[in-house]
Amino acid sequence: MPEQTLAEAWGSAPAVLAVVAVGLVLGLVVAGVDRAVVSGGSGAAVEPIRSSARLLLEQRRTTLAPDRLLWRLGGTAVPVLALLSLAVVPIGGRTLWSTSADLVWFNAMEALLWAAVWLVGWGPNAVHAVTGGYRFLAQGLAYELPLMFALITAGLAAGSLRTTDVVAAQQDLWFVVTMPVAFVVFVAGAAAFAFWGPFAAPTAADIAGGVSSELSGVDRLLVEAGRAIFLGASAAMAAALFLGGGSGPWLPGPLWHLLKTLAVVAALVWIGRRLPVLRPDRTVEVGWMVLVPLTLLQALVVAVLVLTGFYA
Amino acid sequence: MLSDLSGWAIAAVTVLGVLSVASGIAVFVVDSMARATFALLGSFLAVAGVLLALDLVYLAVVTALMMTIEMAIMVVFMLMFMMNPAGLMPMTMVHNARGSAVLGAGAFVVLVLGIWLIDWPTRDVSRPPDSTRQLGEAIMGSHMLVMLLIGIALFATILAGTVLATARGRYDRFGSGLDAQQPADPVPGGLPR
Repeated sequence: MPEQTLAEAWGSAPAVLAVVAVGLVLGLVVAGVDRAVVSGGSGAAVEPIRSSARLLLEQRRTTLAPDRLLWRLGGTAVPVLALLSLAVVPIGGRTLWSTSADLVWFNAMEALLWAAVWLVGWGPNAVHAVTGGYRFLAQGLAYELPLMFALITAGLAAGSLRTTDVVAAQQDLWFVVTMPVAFVVFVAGAAAFAFWGPFAAPTAADIAGGVSSELSGVDRLLVEAGRAIFLGASAAMAAALFLGGGSGPWLPGPLWHLLKTLAVVAALVWIGRRLPVLRPDRTVEVGWMVLVPLTLLQALVVAVLVLTGFYA
Repeated sequence: MLSDLSGWAIAAVTVLGVLSVASGIAVFVVDSMARATFALLGSFLAVAGVLLALDLVYLAVVTALMMTIEMAIMVVFMLMFMMNPAGLMPMTMVHNARGSAVLGAGAFVVLVLGIWLIDWPTRDVSRPPDSTRQLGEAIMGSHMLVMLLIGIALFATILAGTVLATARGRYDRFGSGLDAQQPADPVPGGLPR
């Protein structure tokens, strides 16, 4: 254990509360930026809060013979997993808990999110929802491996799977310089796992909203909030893994990390909202045939650089 | 072994162990394929929790990761191969009840006898500071040959399984003379080939 974790520094309960609060704020920021990009600046800061309050008050709709247990389980798991993935993202230079396998933890939360979204599609016993669920499975499977390789590439260069070690290894040079492919694939893969922007086919209009078509009230709020929190957590993780985390001149470290996270969110939303929704049957093969070899090649380049002592 | 662990860890292992057995039983009690699959996933996640309580973080997280992906893919196939693919009608996971009961009881007896009768070695070295690194060095060092053989065998099994399962071969895709410019695939996939 090279450094203290948040839980050790502040005590478990305050640290967990702080991480949950950071997650909620990140989710609100993502939703606000999204709103600002889609419909101009007016009310972008207030709108996510207002629609959240409306969803909280809205009465639940239900369907005929839903699998209520799995439906609720999936819907609740989405925000919980998004917050759990935030547990290994450095906040103020420290993670909530630090293990020797932080990057794999982040990846495992994504995989569980994948299963949870399928449950959200399966639960209501409705054709559009389950179609969206199957689309998400195909899409997630195609982007899982490139995303995994992108994460591992950062760990490879740092010689550690611990997030704080990866941040510390970027003192001299941000990893994005030597692994631009991994950075882009990581951010795109995170968007795919949040079925957001160009990867929103599981909730697309051609299947009447897909996975989210039968969600209402607090269930919809949980899933939408989970998506936004996961996007925010992924942006913070991208800033930590590839953009040097808190490193930067003049300003304190946490502020730099926040600025970089906001920049990733802004870039992601600004570009993502300008692309059309990609049809899985026309893009899933790209994940397998192009992105997997490309990220493997990126890992190979980084591995050779590690052997030459470039990162030492 | 047990004396190394804190009280919290022993309590967590016990609770998670019971949870994993309980959701394992639930697989055969519930009447929907989706619930059976996710009960099985719950059982695996409880095992991952046991590993986490034993401070084997990498093994725990990788178990959760692989089992989640596996179950999410499996549920699709299980639903496809069911008599009732919609899956919400009652079904049962119990087949050949007497035979499987004999097999299950037999396996239980063998395992329990093994646990109590074998003179298990005690650990005489101190715990490594980083179990992840130790595992990586074992896999990439002394156990490299075994891991390579297992990897190739698994990959060959996947390929063989796919070849046996698919109804479409290259003659279906490229014609009897294998001379078609474009493969005749039901779903295009996205890349120009």
